[in-house]
Amino acid sequence: MPQFGVVCTCWGMVDFTRTYDVLVVGGGNAALCAAITARQGGASVLVVEHAPKTMRGGNSRHTRNLRAMHTGPTSVLTDAYLEDEYWDDLKRVTGGQTDEHLARMTIRASQAALPFLEGCGVRFQPSLTGTLSLSRTNAFFLGGGKALLNALYATAERLGVEMLFDSEVREIDLDDGFVREIRINHKGFPETVRARCVVASAGGFQGNLDWMRQYWGDAVDNFVIRGTPYAKGRVLKNLLAQGVAEVGDATQFHAVALDARAPQFDGGIVTRLDSVPFSIVVNKHGDRFYDEGEDVWPKRYAIWGRLIAQQPDQIAYSICDAKSVPLFMPSVFPAVTAGSIAELAGKFGLDAAKLEATIASYNAAVRPGNFDGTKLDGCATDGLTPPKTNWAQRIETAPFVAYPLRPGITFTYLGLKVDERARVLMADGKPSANLFASGEIMAGNILGKGYLAGFGMTIGTVFGCIAGREAAKHARN
Amino acid sequence: MRETESITEARRNLEICNACRYCEGYCAVFPAMELRRDFSPADIGYLANLCHGCAGCFYACQYAPPHEWGINLPRVFAEVRVETYEEYAWPQPLARAFARNGTVVSLVTALLVAAVFVLAMGLQSTAALFGAHAGPGAFYSVIPFAVMAWTAGLTFVFSLVAIGIAAMRFWADIGPAPARAGALVAAAGDVLTLRNLGGGGHGCNDTDGAFSTARRHYHHALFYGFALCFAATSVATIYDHGFGWIAPYALLSLPVALGTVGGLGMIVGCVGLIWLKIVGDSEPRARSLLGADYAMVFLLLLVAVTGLVLLALRSTGAMGVALAVHLGFVLALFVTLPYSRMVHGVYRGLALWRSAREKDGA
Repeated sequence: MPQFGVVCTCWGMVDFTRTYDVLVVGGGNAALCAAITARQGGASVLVVEHAPKTMRGGNSRHTRNLRAMHTGPTSVLTDAYLEDEYWDDLKRVTGGQTDEHLARMTIRASQAALPFLEGCGVRFQPSLTGTLSLSRTNAFFLGGGKALLNALYATAERLGVEMLFDSEVREIDLDDGFVREIRINHKGFPETVRARCVVASAGGFQGNLDWMRQYWGDAVDNFVIRGTPYAKGRVLKNLLAQGVAEVGDATQFHAVALDARAPQFDGGIVTRLDSVPFSIVVNKHGDRFYDEGEDVWPKRYAIWGRLIAQQPDQIAYSICDAKSVPLFMPSVFPAVTAGSIAELAGKFGLDAAKLEATIASYNAAVRPGNFDGTKLDGCATDGLTPPKTNWAQRIETAPFVAYPLRPGITFTYLGLKVDERARVLMADGKPSANLFASGEIMAGNILGKGYLAGFGMTIGTVFGCIAGREAAKHARN
Repeated sequence: MRETESITEARRNLEICNACRYCEGYCAVFPAMELRRDFSPADIGYLANLCHGCAGCFYACQYAPPHEWGINLPRVFAEVRVETYEEYAWPQPLARAFARNGTVVSLVTALLVAAVFVLAMGLQSTAALFGAHAGPGAFYSVIPFAVMAWTAGLTFVFSLVAIGIAAMRFWADIGPAPARAGALVAAAGDVLTLRNLGGGGHGCNDTDGAFSTARRHYHHALFYGFALCFAATSVATIYDHGFGWIAPYALLSLPVALGTVGGLGMIVGCVGLIWLKIVGDSEPRARSLLGADYAMVFLLLLVAVTGLVLLALRSTGAMGVALAVHLGFVLALFVTLPYSRMVHGVYRGLALWRSAREKDGA
C-alpha cells in the first residue's frame, strides 16, 4: 500500500500513519454534527470529504431549515409543535413507511437540535416572509445551508477536528461487522486510514446516474439532480455488499418538478417552479395527466417529480396566461411567452392543434367560482379527465405563459439500517461494533417515502450528534 | 441610470437571488429586492447603494464561485455604486473624476496642499509663515482670516450644492416612493448605527467566512470622529462670530477637546479600515475600486494626523507650516467631496430612506 505519510491540509497536517479515534465519512451537516460531538466527547477526529473545500457540505449547502419539536415559543419558532402532531405529520407523508420508535426518538431529540446548532455558531432567522409559511414548525438558517456549514466547519476547526477535502472514501473494510481500515482516494492518490470507529455520513446515491440507470433506464439522462454531484453512494454500495442490512426502496427517490433549463447538478432551490397549481400541465403529446389543483402546493410539490418522470421523455409543460403570473414565485429562468397557444406550442415543438384542443376542452370544463389563490377555493372543472379540482381558471388572455418541467431528484431512499444508537445493523440484525451512520445515508429508516420540509436536516443533526457521541464513547473505551 | 455591463451582471445575479431568497434575513437589500420582479437600471442603482458591502451574502451563497453561476453580489454592487456616482454627479464633466478616482483625488490633494503653502508664502511674509506666534489671531497671521473663511465657505457651499443636485437626480431616478411615517427616523437610525453592516448586525465577513464587527466599529470611530471634528469647527465659528473669542483656544477648551478626540477617533478608524483592506478577502470586493477607497481613507487620515500635529506644534515656529499643510488637506477633502468615495454616505442614506419608506408600504 503506498504510504505518503503526512499530508498538508488547509488546517494543518493529517497523519496517515496515525489511528484516529473517529473517522467521519462525508462533509455535510450530519457529518459535521458527528465530528463536533465526537471531538467534544474527547475523541481525535478526521473528516474525509469527497468535495473540494469550495463545494463542501453535500446537499446541506442547498438546505434552508430544520423542523424542530418545541413545547412553547422559542427564539425563532412561534407557538408550540408537540411530539404527537409532528409524528402525525410524518406518518401522513410517509404513508406509514417509517419506524415509529426511531421516528419518535428523533422527534423528541429535535428539541435539542436548535440549541446545539446555535452553540456551534449557526444563526437563525427571526421570522420568514417567504412562500411556505413554516415559522411555527421550522427554524430557518440565516443565509441558508451554506452559512450553517460555514459555522459548523469553523467550530470543528476551532475544536481541532482534522479535515481532508477532495478525498473520496472508496472502501470500508468490514470484518465480521468490525471496521478494520478505510481506503480513500486523496486528491487522486490512494491512501489507507485507520480509525477505531467510523461514522458514515456520505449521503445518498442520487449523484450516481449509472446506479440509478439500473432502475430507471435511460430516463435518468433527463433527470436533474438538485443537489451535490458528490453523492455517489460509493460507501453505501460498498457497505451493503459487505452484509450491512439495507432499508428503503432502492428504486425510489424524492423528486419535484423543476424548470427543465436547470443545470444537471447543484441548481439548488432556484430552479423549482411553483406555477403548477395555477396552470395546466401537459406532456409532450399535449395531454394533461394529473389534477394540478389537488391540494395546496406545499403538500403537492413533491409528487410532481415522479409524475413527470413517468411521462414520455420525462418532460412536461406548465401553461397559464398572464393573469396567473403574479400568483407564484418567479423562477430563475424567464417564462416562455407567446401571443397564441399555437405559437406557444411551436416554441416547445408541440403539436399546435393538439394543444389548442386540450386547452379548449379544459376552458370549456371550467366552472364559474370565486377564485382565491391563497386557499383551496373549489374552482374546479366539470366533466374533465383528469379533473382540476381547485384554482381552475380559463386560459384565454394573451400573452400565454409557459415553463418546461423536468423531474428534479433531491435524494434517494435506500440506506443503511441503524438502531437508536446510530449503530449500523448487519443483515443478521446484530449491530456493528464500530460503524455508525447519520444523515441521508440512513434517513430511509425513518423517512421511507415522501418528505416533510426540514426533516432531513433534523435527522442529520439528531443522528449526527448520537453517532458522534457513541463513536467517541466506544473509541475511548 | 443607463444600462451598463455591471448593471446587466447585477441583474443576472439579482434574478437568481430573487428566486432563492435564502439571504432575506441579512440586510435591507433583500427585502427591497423581493418587492420587485423586474430590475430597471435605476432599481439596481438603488439596491447597489443600499448594499453596505459586508460580504455576508457572498459567503452564504450556494451559487458563489466556483459554482457555474458565479454569484457575487457585493462585488458587482460595488462596481454599480461607482457608476451611479458617475451617472448622477454634477456638473457632469467632473463625473469623469470617478473613473480613476484614486489618482484624481491624490493629485488634487497634492496640488492643493502645495497651492495653500505657496499662497501662504505669497500672501504673508516668509517671516510670518516660519515665525512663532502666540495669542488670539495667531493662525490668522499666517493665513488671513478673510482668505481662510472665504475659501472654506465657497468650497463648502459648492460641494453642498454639487452633492445636493446629484442626490436629487439619484432620488428622482429611483422613482416615487410611498410616504411612510417614521421612515426618516428609521433611516437615520440605520445610518447612525450601521445596523445593516454585517447581516443585520451579526457582523461582516471581513477576512473569511467568520463573522466580525471590526469593520463596523472602525467605521463608527471614523464617522463619529469626523463628526466631532466638524463640531469642533462649528463651535469655533460660534466662538469667533458670537463671542468674539479668537482662535487658537486653550487645550481644555471645547473646540480643542472635540477636535482632539475626533482626530484620534478618525486615526483609529482609518488605520483599522486600511488594515482590513490589506488582510481582507478580495474575492467579494471590486479590486478596480481599491484606489478610490484608499484615496478617501488616506485623505481622512492625513486630515486627522495633520490636525493633531498642528495642535502639538502650534506654539512653535513650525506652526505656520503645519497650519498650511493641515488646511491644504482639509481643502482637498472638501474640494473633492462631491467627486470622491465620500459621496457614498449620501447615496447610502437616501437608499436607506427609500427602503424604510417601501417597508410594508408598496
